[in-house]
Amino acid sequence: MHTTDYLIAGSSHAALEAINAIRMHDGEGSITVVTRDPHRPYSPTVLPYVVSGRSTPERVYLRDDAFFTLNKVDYRSGCALAGLDPAAHQARLADGSTIGYRKLLLATGASPVVPPIPGIDRVDYHVLRTLDDATRLRAAMAGSKNAVVLGAGLVGMHAAENLVKAGASVTIVEMSKQLTSGYFDEVAAGMIEQAFLGNGAKIRTGHRVVGLEPGPEGATLQLDNGDTIPADLLLVAVGVRPELGYLDGSGVATERGILVDDAMRTSVEDVWAAGDCAQARGFFTGTPVMNAILPDATVQGRIAGMAMAGDPGVKPYPGGVPLNTYHFFGRHAISVGSAAVPEGGRAQVRFDAASGRYLRAVFDRDERLTGIFGVNEFFDAGVMAQLILRRTDLGPLRERFFAQPLATGRELMSQLWR
Amino acid sequence: MGQAYSTIAFDPAKCDGCGKCMTACASVKFDSTDTTRSLIQIVRSGGARIEPPRPGEFELALCRQCADPKCVTVCPAGALGKNGATGVIDWDASKCVDCLLCTIGCTYAGIALDEHSGRVSKCDTCEGKPACVPACPTGALRHVTTARIYNEVGSWEDLFAPGLAGCQGCNTELLMRHALRRVGPDTVLATPPGCVPGMGSVGFNGTTGTKVPVFHPLLTNTAAMLAGVKRQYERVGRKVTAMAIAGDGGASDVGFQSLSGAAERGERILFMVVDNEGYMNTGMQRSSCTPYGAWTSTTPVGEHTRGKSQDAKNLPMIMINHRCEYVATASTAYMEDLYEKLDKALAASERGFAYLHVYSPCTTGWRFQSALNIEVARKAVESNFVTLWEYTPESGLHFTRPVDKPLPVTDYLEAMGRFRHLSPEQVEHIQKKVTENLRFVRKIAEQADEQ
Repeated sequence: MHTTDYLIAGSSHAALEAINAIRMHDGEGSITVVTRDPHRPYSPTVLPYVVSGRSTPERVYLRDDAFFTLNKVDYRSGCALAGLDPAAHQARLADGSTIGYRKLLLATGASPVVPPIPGIDRVDYHVLRTLDDATRLRAAMAGSKNAVVLGAGLVGMHAAENLVKAGASVTIVEMSKQLTSGYFDEVAAGMIEQAFLGNGAKIRTGHRVVGLEPGPEGATLQLDNGDTIPADLLLVAVGVRPELGYLDGSGVATERGILVDDAMRTSVEDVWAAGDCAQARGFFTGTPVMNAILPDATVQGRIAGMAMAGDPGVKPYPGGVPLNTYHFFGRHAISVGSAAVPEGGRAQVRFDAASGRYLRAVFDRDERLTGIFGVNEFFDAGVMAQLILRRTDLGPLRERFFAQPLATGRELMSQLWR
Repeated sequence: MGQAYSTIAFDPAKCDGCGKCMTACASVKFDSTDTTRSLIQIVRSGGARIEPPRPGEFELALCRQCADPKCVTVCPAGALGKNGATGVIDWDASKCVDCLLCTIGCTYAGIALDEHSGRVSKCDTCEGKPACVPACPTGALRHVTTARIYNEVGSWEDLFAPGLAGCQGCNTELLMRHALRRVGPDTVLATPPGCVPGMGSVGFNGTTGTKVPVFHPLLTNTAAMLAGVKRQYERVGRKVTAMAIAGDGGASDVGFQSLSGAAERGERILFMVVDNEGYMNTGMQRSSCTPYGAWTSTTPVGEHTRGKSQDAKNLPMIMINHRCEYVATASTAYMEDLYEKLDKALAASERGFAYLHVYSPCTTGWRFQSALNIEVARKAVESNFVTLWEYTPESGLHFTRPVDKPLPVTDYLEAMGRFRHLSPEQVEHIQKKVTENLRFVRKIAEQADEQ
């Protein structure tokens, strides 16, 4: 049986950060990475750009073989985790083999949710989570005339824009009342909607798909109001969730993800979890939340790696803050923090129709920033995130901050953590 | 061995917000007059005061070229990376997908959207020659290239034995090891009685503390013996550097006769004095380099005396009057400056007498915490208590680190225990002496400029 000091399941941002963190403190302990993906490490976030052709599959890799050699990492792709026996410190792999570990990190990410729509098993559809998904979608996109994107999150919207630009007639179907809900507020979502409509896309918000049938071109969707939409290309992008079947019987506590404490420890000894598969404390709620975003995966991976290696410099997880950026038809949108107005707090909004600049900032009752959202209004998202995490009292600066978030944010940065 | 890198340093106390750095950057990088495109952004912080207030009205947003760069870790496209050779965070425009996630990663506003191009932009230090630095008229921006020393020196052989027995926090070990590494293995070293042999340069039990020939002359005859050794090597046709590492006591008091004689004869030796302002190795007795007012074991503080009652001898100025090939003062707080002077002294010692006077605070004898040695050394320079300069007969005397806005000498005096007893009159005397010394050195420097 192969044994290793550090076993890392998964190969994207959380896993890569954990490798860095472990090697900062422990230069020699053996590291083995097992990942179900057949490729070298890449980011799911880059995939829409592979679909659009902006990037290419061979250029998205985040590490080369030399990195693994240099860091003495045994990297095993196409090698999924299938089961776990924490008492024996052993992990079972999909090929039936077993690996013994001293410490284990679960960074297995998430998989696309496929909604239980009657008939979905009888039609061909795409998802977009792996490099192979992206390659397949790009190939299909070339010949598509009628495409339907199910789900108006950032992955779905980004893919929809690619399809529009590839010349397809695109319909976006979304269950909730607005596009990109959870990322952007109504006004920003309205701007996004206008941009898509202006470029010829059709938008069906507030509707569910109740049935799918194989059709002459591919599939026919039936909406809850009886409308039918033909699709020669169907992309299902309603969200992601971790696949945690491999934890059955392991005793590792899960809810929607793997529950972890502020050191990314799971409920089971010598097992950590980080990234999209983990359910860690939310900064605003204080309760465990799913915050499946790239920046948080790196933070969590770093903490887990430091904790696993016994690095005394490890600091507790500050809590997950939503952080997103999004481009649509030449415009950019940035979202930092929570859109909800806290009790006793307030939201400030400004919109300049001529320039298309939109800004919404949310403050709590103590004049501390809790969220900031912009369209075509650039501010330093990293600085804003720090203001939120540091619970900075903006006090008398609030008006100026709102008028000039870029300059004022930098001033505060200079004084507080330069 | 790790790699050290050059960096752009910003001193907010010197920045007046003129914006010339931004103009230069926008011009060089984008051929634009729009300073919002500049990759270095000077930010006015005056209106945004948050407790505790900080000195200086202006602050900086600029890529820190982090050693542990967050922008790199959050880039999904592999478009950002730390360049191991230059230390710069390189941005690969062809890989970048313009997702702006790097701007979420950076907490220093060091990578931001350039609205003209729609792409992110960040400082690349202009391939090691940043255009902003020479454009800065106040000296607030500096390009610190000290890294060169550490990268080079790291590959040179350390010619002292490990485990020298210095006091905790002593800079002299640093100085000895750096100096001998630079001077190299073809050296014969003289270390007269003092801290340097006290630490173990002459070794124990029949083995030397160095990997080069070393001898232990008397305090009185160091320069004479070394000159003789050098002449013998020259006679047999071997090229070696004859180097002394001596204390200030030996050099300025009983050893002065042989030092002055060797300098007058133009002996081809490199004489380095480690000035800790007293005979620290033997129990902290005063020397002629001990400053006025300082406590030593022979200038005690009590009913009748309040520290040393005479002013220090300015030994390096005396050495100038020997018209040596090279004379310079240096400080362990300014290693880059020290290295430049070591290079010149070494070259000069092949033509004639080279004299290097290094100010090196004594943790034990001056009475300050062992962690504060560099800080004390720096304050000595920043208050003009000592001045850093170099002299050659051809070009005269030039300051190498002139101090524009000197600290009050009390900042220096209060940094250590040996001046704790000073009366206001004594402090006044010292401040006057500092001014007088500076005026004296400046006059000689001005005359050099007139030629």
